Amino acid sequence: MVRKMSLKALSILVFSTIFFLSFNPARAYEPNDDRPMKGARVAEEKKEESKSFDAGKLIIEHISDSHEWHLWGEGGSAVAIPLPVIIYSNKGLDVFMSSHFEEGQRDITGKNTYRLEENHIKVVNETGAIDEEASAKIMDLSITKNVASLLFGAGLMLWMFLSVAKAYKKREGKAPKGLQSFLEPLILFVRDDVAKTSIGPKYEKYMPYLLTAFFFIFINNLLGLVPIFPGGANLTGNIAVTMILAAITLIVTLLSGNAHYWRHIFAMPGVPIPILIILTPIEIMGVFLKPFVLMIRLFANMTAGHIIALAFFSLIFIFGEMSPGAGYGVSVVSVAFTVFMGMLELLVAFLQAYVFTLLSAIYFGAAIEEHHHKGDHEHDAHPDSQIDIV
Amino acid sequence: MMSSVLLAAETAHGIAAAGAGLAAIGAGIGIGRIGGSALESIARQPESLNDIRSNMILAAALVEGAAFFAMVVALLVVFKQ
Repeated sequence: MVRKMSLKALSILVFSTIFFLSFNPARAYEPNDDRPMKGARVAEEKKEESKSFDAGKLIIEHISDSHEWHLWGEGGSAVAIPLPVIIYSNKGLDVFMSSHFEEGQRDITGKNTYRLEENHIKVVNETGAIDEEASAKIMDLSITKNVASLLFGAGLMLWMFLSVAKAYKKREGKAPKGLQSFLEPLILFVRDDVAKTSIGPKYEKYMPYLLTAFFFIFINNLLGLVPIFPGGANLTGNIAVTMILAAITLIVTLLSGNAHYWRHIFAMPGVPIPILIILTPIEIMGVFLKPFVLMIRLFANMTAGHIIALAFFSLIFIFGEMSPGAGYGVSVVSVAFTVFMGMLELLVAFLQAYVFTLLSAIYFGAAIEEHHHKGDHEHDAHPDSQIDIV
Repeated sequence: MMSSVLLAAETAHGIAAAGAGLAAIGAGIGIGRIGGSALESIARQPESLNDIRSNMILAAALVEGAAFFAMVVALLVVFKQ
């Protein structure tokens, strides 16, 4: 039985790999060939390809967002999937594919004239110079690589959980099978070890958000580790994404705070007034600082992991520039190190999801905590309080 | 004048890298102590292994978060053009 399952999984893997490799969407569009000075562009590309290997630039390119999904190759022979560019300015809405930019070589005119510079869309005025003031006023709502990865991850999660929910309804009372038995331990883990222990009896209200946050972060972390399309986009290493997650945690914490919680922040009981003057601003800062730390922790962990993996691979090319033999020799060590780091990154992917969810649950639990100490904050160690049940 | 600006930038990058390394020392000391005390308490009471392990991992993630602050600041210094 186990043999048959793994054969099925293996054939699915092989077929999907072949499918993705043969279906090359990047060739599906024909770039406009009516540009003047095509010869000059080709000469520029040749000059570009003879530059030495810039590890810093490669790493930054790979961990930051971009308006196209780069698959392989570089310079003029790069294979990339163009993504829609959506710009909203005071003149109206502009929608076009990023293939029109041709790696920043072309401007495109809709309601405004746009140019792609360092992955930012800038407005170009009539003389061909960049208009910084107008560029600051446009709203860039494009489907960038991170947005496309987010949509893919969301679709994946929806499919996973809707099919599992349907399976639970269909197989009520029976043992879980397939995807159910894979997700059930994780869901029960979040419910028992994270929500129940941190929030207490009223944990069910927060379960949807905690489950969503946990699986969103976990699945997108894992997708970021997969090197082939549609994985490999550094979504959870994008500080805007982690900022929104932390902001939602903050909003839920603030909205569920009860009088006991706010009293402890603004006027901690049992503290003399002079210390209270110092303590209250610190506590108020703490309310905002805790989600901020959540944001930084997730962002830095994921970005650092990607940078490490990319840096190890860049070592191969750096040594390869000195001599091809050195490049091949280093590649063995480098790949071994990267595999080891990849294992660590798998652990970190799960761990960061767990820590984010756990800390969110702890903040929710602190917000809805009821006053239940028998000996109040004024009392010191009291002989009776040894059997104090809190 | 240009050379002094470039020298200042290079010095700033170097100091930022040293700062990130110092943060790694702090993280190493902190997580080392957490691991050490976790191992001691597991040796004292082997049946509480799972509780101790989950608390240890949580504390290690929090300490690492503090070290990452310094890393992010160093990255900002190096990659702010």
